Amino acid sequence: MTLESWGRWPRVKQDSIQIDDLKNIPWAKNKGYVLPRGNGRSYGDSCLSPGGTLLVTTRLNHFISFDRETGRLTCEAGVLLKDILDLVVPHGWFLAVTPGTQYVTVGGAIANDVHGKNHHNTGSFGNHVLSFNLIRSDGQEYLCQPGNPWFAATVGGLGLTGIITWAEIQLIKIQSPALITETFRFRNIDGFFELSDRMDKRSTYSVSWIDCVASGRKLGRGIFTLADHANIEAVENNSKTLSMPITPPFSLVNKWTLKAFNEIHYNAVDDINIDIQHYKPFFYPLDSILNWNRLYGPNGFLQYQCVLPNEAARHGIIDILKAISDSGTGSPLAVLKRFGDHPSAGLLSFARPGITLALDFPRTTSAMALLDRLDAIVRDLNGAVYPAKDSRMSAQSFRHFFKSLDEFMSFRDPAIHSGFSRRMGI
Amino acid sequence: MTTNLIIGATSAIAEEVAKLWVTQNPADNFILVGRNTDKLTRISGDLKVRGAGNVEIHQVDLGYVESALACIEHILQISPSIDRVLLAHGSLPDQNICASNTSKTIDEFTLNGVSFIAILNELAIKMTTFGHGRIGVITSVAGDRGRKSNYLYGSAKAAVTTFANGLRIALQGSGVSITIIKPGFVDTPMTANMKKGILWAQPETVAKKIVAAMENKQGNVYIPGFWMPIMFIIKHIPDFIFKRLPL
Repeated sequence: MTLESWGRWPRVKQDSIQIDDLKNIPWAKNKGYVLPRGNGRSYGDSCLSPGGTLLVTTRLNHFISFDRETGRLTCEAGVLLKDILDLVVPHGWFLAVTPGTQYVTVGGAIANDVHGKNHHNTGSFGNHVLSFNLIRSDGQEYLCQPGNPWFAATVGGLGLTGIITWAEIQLIKIQSPALITETFRFRNIDGFFELSDRMDKRSTYSVSWIDCVASGRKLGRGIFTLADHANIEAVENNSKTLSMPITPPFSLVNKWTLKAFNEIHYNAVDDINIDIQHYKPFFYPLDSILNWNRLYGPNGFLQYQCVLPNEAARHGIIDILKAISDSGTGSPLAVLKRFGDHPSAGLLSFARPGITLALDFPRTTSAMALLDRLDAIVRDLNGAVYPAKDSRMSAQSFRHFFKSLDEFMSFRDPAIHSGFSRRMGI
Repeated sequence: MTTNLIIGATSAIAEEVAKLWVTQNPADNFILVGRNTDKLTRISGDLKVRGAGNVEIHQVDLGYVESALACIEHILQISPSIDRVLLAHGSLPDQNICASNTSKTIDEFTLNGVSFIAILNELAIKMTTFGHGRIGVITSVAGDRGRKSNYLYGSAKAAVTTFANGLRIALQGSGVSITIIKPGFVDTPMTANMKKGILWAQPETVAKKIVAAMENKQGNVYIPGFWMPIMFIIKHIPDFIFKRLPL
């Protein structure tokens, strides 16, 4: 059957089997390749297996234990972060790290070593994994803990080292499902750096939206948001779920809608604003629009996320914003955030100290060309591009971004391939 | 405190129903019946983490009516009360293989038809003495009309549907309600080899509707609801056309 990833491109033919019985994993039929897959929310081709078979883990969705005193939770790899939150929040616990959607599996969160808005304080998902079980195609099974080489290879290892069957994670204590948020507008990119330098350390969560259509003196203007878990009593989640029922014949995100959207979004907030919000709309605004990825029309879209080292970040981000603005294509969801110095747990982990910028574009030829230009900027400045969101970077760039690749290769499972691994020649 | 008996507890739909029940009423007791002990144990662990009270598991191959009945009799003897029952076991036999294999045909009919009827009969005898309870029976839209692609499965489900509907009416006034649930295509391990399309539903969605239908003591329910008009049409297509359709 033909399946796609969250970016809706590429679309490739592959088989798909739900793993249900751990004693009997259907490794390669007829010597074909397989790929473990969680909920398929990676944007690019790291969750696709062209010509192969996906071993889907979404039925490995059982909790194993939850210690309400210590906040240690053990579950099978196909459990969604949403299921964890629904279980633990009423008991005063929260995920130590959460990405921008709760519809990812624990196995996927480990395999992509995902990060969240608190990276500057707590590192990425892998830093809070206490142990997991890895099954290899040769039947070997490893109990992996921090410090173990299989742990380091599998965290951020894009599913290429074997199948994660269960994991134990450490949660963090909270007083209430509410967050206190503060937002500040900044008039240009220097405003962002000034706010981030001064304020990031003050709060658990920090993230900025930037208007990547703005140019000249307004280049890099945006909204800086800080948030902390509140200690007030319950707050209601009033957000309604909407759905994008069909794919429009063209992208609803284009030059004109984007300019209008960004102008309105930037001007809709005061210079400084304090609010109390339920955690769901704060962390997962897009989860309330089911199938939002259809907004981009039939061609799908490209996500791009890079990180630049601190010393090169300011002029690197300016170069990138200028390149975007010159190209005439733009991104409605441009997100800027500082990564902390916490070392990532995986050999192929993306998060590293510096400033990260996430963008998405309707998939057009000019966007493809723009992203090649951005790759070159990131390479020159010794940054990296996020494989979980990629469907187009070159193998050469990948090697440049991930210096531990050779070390990683000794842990590869030969029966596993993804679209991404083939493209990268690994 | 409610006690829930789930027969065929490892089916994806049954698992989702159990999760909803325990979320609605933490501390509910569960009695899980199924064939795969390993999976029953995993599900039991999951329900306990979600707050369930007592969770018992009973391993039995429901394709053997005698042992299935012995198991159910045993459960009914040792349980002071059963409040909700879901019958969810079954298989999706390969019609082509069964067409040329009579003993396999009988085995499949036993699992998907006879064992349901036997268990339902036994449940009705005991639960009327409790004077209360809700029974959900998962049959299928496939039981509405024999089609060449799956008339064995369909006929077993038709037998269960008819039996359960008669029993439902016979039990009026006894305090025991029966809900006959007819799902359409559901994306579960049972249907892993079928091509998925717009008519397919997720087990979570189906489970939500089952829980609501049993709560409201509905008699018959198609899930999702759009199968009602579809099956109405399918049932009324004249035979001379129906036999030409690739169904």
